[in-house]
Amino acid sequence: MSEASVAVGGHAAGMMEASPFAIPSKKLVMWLFIISDAVTFGAMLFAYGYVRNASPEWPHPFQFSPSIVNVMLMTFILVTSSLTMLIAVNHAKTGNKPMAMRWTYITVALGLVFAALHIREWMGMIGQGVRPFQNPWGASLFGATFFSITGLHLLHVIGGVIALTVVAMRYGRGRYTGDDIEIWGLYWHFVDLVWMFVVPLVYLLNVAR
Amino acid sequence: MDSKAKSSTGMTTYYVIYVGILAIAALQVVFAYHHTEGAAMLARMLVLAIIQAGLGVMFFMHLKDEKRGLLLALIPATVFVLMMMNVIWSDSFRLIHMRAFPK
Repeated sequence: MSEASVAVGGHAAGMMEASPFAIPSKKLVMWLFIISDAVTFGAMLFAYGYVRNASPEWPHPFQFSPSIVNVMLMTFILVTSSLTMLIAVNHAKTGNKPMAMRWTYITVALGLVFAALHIREWMGMIGQGVRPFQNPWGASLFGATFFSITGLHLLHVIGGVIALTVVAMRYGRGRYTGDDIEIWGLYWHFVDLVWMFVVPLVYLLNVAR
Repeated sequence: MDSKAKSSTGMTTYYVIYVGILAIAALQVVFAYHHTEGAAMLARMLVLAIIQAGLGVMFFMHLKDEKRGLLLALIPATVFVLMMMNVIWSDSFRLIHMRAFPK
């Protein structure tokens, strides 16, 4: 993509200033969305920390099996999906459309597996009697923080799965370019990064001993 | 640098980072079963998570291949906002002891 098309995105060349960061506007918007979303998750984790620190009887319900094993598997799947996304982006950059689409769909499949495991984890917690404002162990807000943080992350995963599917399909039809695969790859990696904070703070600090 | 970023990162590097991130995740699980004090445990977990996130942002999200200005525009502002959220802790510690606000 030329500097002009990066800068003006379809407007007459020379009419607008060059992009200050030399990236397409769509990519800059994605980065801005990502940092605002990072702050949203940060605020939720701080709120969780506030409540957890102020509650002397905070529950430690996560047994090694099934919860921690399940979370380790989910982490492996999500980090692996970031790797498959990188492979898709590499193929998209070299113009290998079939391989880029194939690896994007593999990423989508891994995202679906992650979501299924996530729902299984939720079902396990609900089965033990955890609700947003009550649980069998202690601090009543445990369920609210657990479901809101992991739920928002799950929502991001499901959103990413839908977005990557749409982008891959449109890329296949020629409506989108490899840049779009790369830009949505950024979003997918971000979802992975958030999980790297959710696991230690929500699960590992609350393991049952 | 255009959107087809002049990435200096090959797939081999990605595989190394991938293994590194998974190894750190495994280390976190090991630490979780150490009988460490709460604050020390939290510090360990946070440091490891920040290393993981840093590797992800710089390599997987290619921030290291973009113009330095993009990094300077995004990261310090985000860190500043997150740091400002630390004002909540004094109130959280007050709550656990159920002390009244000073008059």
